[in-house]
Amino acid sequence: MAGVLATGVSIPRYRLPRELIAREWGGQAVGGEKAVANHDEDSLTLAVNAAVALGPEAEHADAVFFASTTSPWAEKQGAATIAAVLDLPAAVRTLDFGDTLRAGTSAVLAALDAIAGGARRVVVAAGECRLGEPESPGELSYGDAGAAVLLGPEAGAAEVVATHSLADEFLGTWRTRTQEFPRAFPGAFETRFGYARVLTEAVKGVLTRAGVTPAQLAAVALPTPNARAPQAVAKALGLDPKTQLQDGFWTTLGDTGAAQPLLMLAAALERARAGDLVLVAGYGDGADAILLRATGQAAAAGVHRQIEVKRTLASYGRYARFRRLVRKESQAADVSTPVTLWRDRKALLPLYGGRCPRCGTVQFPRHRVCIECGAADGLEDVKLARRGTLFTFTNDYLFESPDPPVCHAVVDLEGGGRLYVQVTDCDPERVEIDMPLELTFRKIHEGGGFHNYFWKARPL
Amino acid sequence: MSGIKDRVAVVGVGCSKFGEHYDRSAEDLVCEAAFEAYADAGIEPARIQAAWVGTLSSGFSGTTLADFLKLYDIPVTRVENYCASGMDAFRNACLAVAAGMYDCVLALGFEKLRDSGQRGLGTFETHPVIGHGTTAPSLFAMAANRYFKTYGIGKDALAKVAVKNHHNGTMSPKAHFQMEVTEAQVLAAPLICSPLGLFDCCPTTDGAAAAIVCSREAARAIRADPIWVKGIGLAVTSGEPYLKPGFAYTGFPATRAAARSAYEQAGITPRDLDLCEVHDCFTITEILNYEDLGLCAPGEGARYVAEGRANIDGGAVAVNPSGGLKSFGHPIGATGVRMIYEVCQQLWHKAGRRQVKNAELGLAHNLGGPGAVGCVTVLGNG
Repeated sequence: MAGVLATGVSIPRYRLPRELIAREWGGQAVGGEKAVANHDEDSLTLAVNAAVALGPEAEHADAVFFASTTSPWAEKQGAATIAAVLDLPAAVRTLDFGDTLRAGTSAVLAALDAIAGGARRVVVAAGECRLGEPESPGELSYGDAGAAVLLGPEAGAAEVVATHSLADEFLGTWRTRTQEFPRAFPGAFETRFGYARVLTEAVKGVLTRAGVTPAQLAAVALPTPNARAPQAVAKALGLDPKTQLQDGFWTTLGDTGAAQPLLMLAAALERARAGDLVLVAGYGDGADAILLRATGQAAAAGVHRQIEVKRTLASYGRYARFRRLVRKESQAADVSTPVTLWRDRKALLPLYGGRCPRCGTVQFPRHRVCIECGAADGLEDVKLARRGTLFTFTNDYLFESPDPPVCHAVVDLEGGGRLYVQVTDCDPERVEIDMPLELTFRKIHEGGGFHNYFWKARPL
Repeated sequence: MSGIKDRVAVVGVGCSKFGEHYDRSAEDLVCEAAFEAYADAGIEPARIQAAWVGTLSSGFSGTTLADFLKLYDIPVTRVENYCASGMDAFRNACLAVAAGMYDCVLALGFEKLRDSGQRGLGTFETHPVIGHGTTAPSLFAMAANRYFKTYGIGKDALAKVAVKNHHNGTMSPKAHFQMEVTEAQVLAAPLICSPLGLFDCCPTTDGAAAAIVCSREAARAIRADPIWVKGIGLAVTSGEPYLKPGFAYTGFPATRAAARSAYEQAGITPRDLDLCEVHDCFTITEILNYEDLGLCAPGEGARYVAEGRANIDGGAVAVNPSGGLKSFGHPIGATGVRMIYEVCQQLWHKAGRRQVKNAELGLAHNLGGPGAVGCVTVLGNG
């Protein structure tokens, strides 16, 4: 049967301590913190970076699915962008899954169907940036993250043993087209009659199909909308919450929505030994349950390192600025045109430069005439490395940004080519010449009335 | 190539008061500069046979000058070459006269920056996402950080440029600032683009400057002491140096190439100069200019200013006796022509308290874009 070949995660560097939120509104302090997408990240950039983290095998995918309830586009596909960054051929099948927190696991089920239908490599990339209403439980809870899995017809790191999925019409949490923030019906209605009921049913269903008892499970990844919810389900299923439940990272990252099950799966597979049974479930308008058996082949997405490498937001105000919860009328007048973005798509998304056939100089973008020797006989396409060294930089306090100063840097890439990009996710005081940097896919601005994406650099 | 030495001369110059002219229009400033130049040369406007106007963004086409000065029915050309627009307008005027097409023409540069409320000097963005967010100081700040790393120097070297140019500005009545600053003040100023602070950056200024260029014969007929053009060089390098592998960020090849050409035409070396007006858009730029113009060796720029050699009475080539862009101001299109104005004042020995003693040979250096357009003019009074 099919399996998970690789996992990749993209956890934003920024954290907002819940204490800062409580202090802002005078509410009761809740422990922990939540992951906050930088102002230049959205659910799609998180998914792209998670997909890139899957490694080179993802560049052979014949289908890409993007899962999110918070796609930056209401009309326009996110999966196509992921496919373009991965430099996949036009024959790739792309599809977005949305509208329910179950989108991540449902996309995995669809991927398994695609593999059953002959697909060799399927990327499922989830990204989530749910905006909690200020001074609401959602604001305390929601965290941002991206997580991706690469699936294929062989076992890889974990073989899919069985799946079970059910649909269930239930109005517990929703957001209409005109509502900005998700709303949850107050009280325990959803927890008891939605979440617990259908999750229990889905998990039981997959165990029955596989002929596996709850005691045999090494790790169970249940959706974690709050720290306590999975424990009730675990008890009802006869699981030991202490030893069998996979951490949902609610305390450290928050409820990461559609990305959460894939993030938990990545974390579970990092620790899994050969033969371990891992169950991952998704919830929302029904539930999905996927049972896997780890093969012992490494799938190291670096979840814990990404949780630990962080920058703490100094104020609620900075968070509010990132998420545009405060009004600013002096926005920079960014300009753009889809025509240039389309014409330069090969440079901007999969990051191709040119190599001069005469002098060998790698350059970005791919010029018509070599920047070094003037050869005009056509440069060869060359995909640029995603790592490099800082050649020079400045912290710019003049250019308006939600996170000043803007750090501009000239970066010499491994294997050649020089990029001029912004350095993001950084402590400006600690940027220095010769420091190693990695590239990260970001939203640059919204000029033209749409999202403009390109690469930035950040400290490792 | 024969060069331009002694084939054309400047017979009159004019310069508006530089500053924040909220109460005056571009037309006011252009007329102030142009009519001062006519009067300086002692000619009527009708004597002008062609004109070139340098402006980055304050007007379009030759009509921007023709309509202000009512210079109709003659060729008027707008020149735009980043911050070197003004000196390139002057250069085109010189070339047309040297070619024998005209014997009396006008070169004028102007910019009206304070009408827009924009912070700083604007950007060079031509692509929706590549280079997004670039500001003028950011481009030079990246050179400063690399220069610091290469030569092991720090911010205090930059501060000395600001102190000198502010001091010179106090003796320049038309300068934007007449205000001394101390090294401590410069170093304590808020950061604009690290390591450049507020006093490392030229101000945002309104102004206009004009020069009347004549053939050898016409110049001699107009005045006994024309200022001779000894050489003019202009060189363009990449407008995206940050994407050029191997670009060292410790100087600007465009300046070096333009200077080489100008020195060659003039038949001089940098040591022969009495003074330079150079493009100190930022303090680091002036230090790099010393080296690019050959006033000192690479890596010696910080010492050149620290040891006082750039001072008006420093015993070497004085740099920016006018106060430079730092203190005189930088109305973009005006600056290159304003430099010609200052060098002429010095060579006519009319520079008052900032006069470089016995000045005979002066240089003006205008730099555009991210160090991409270099223009160098050598002028002499004999």
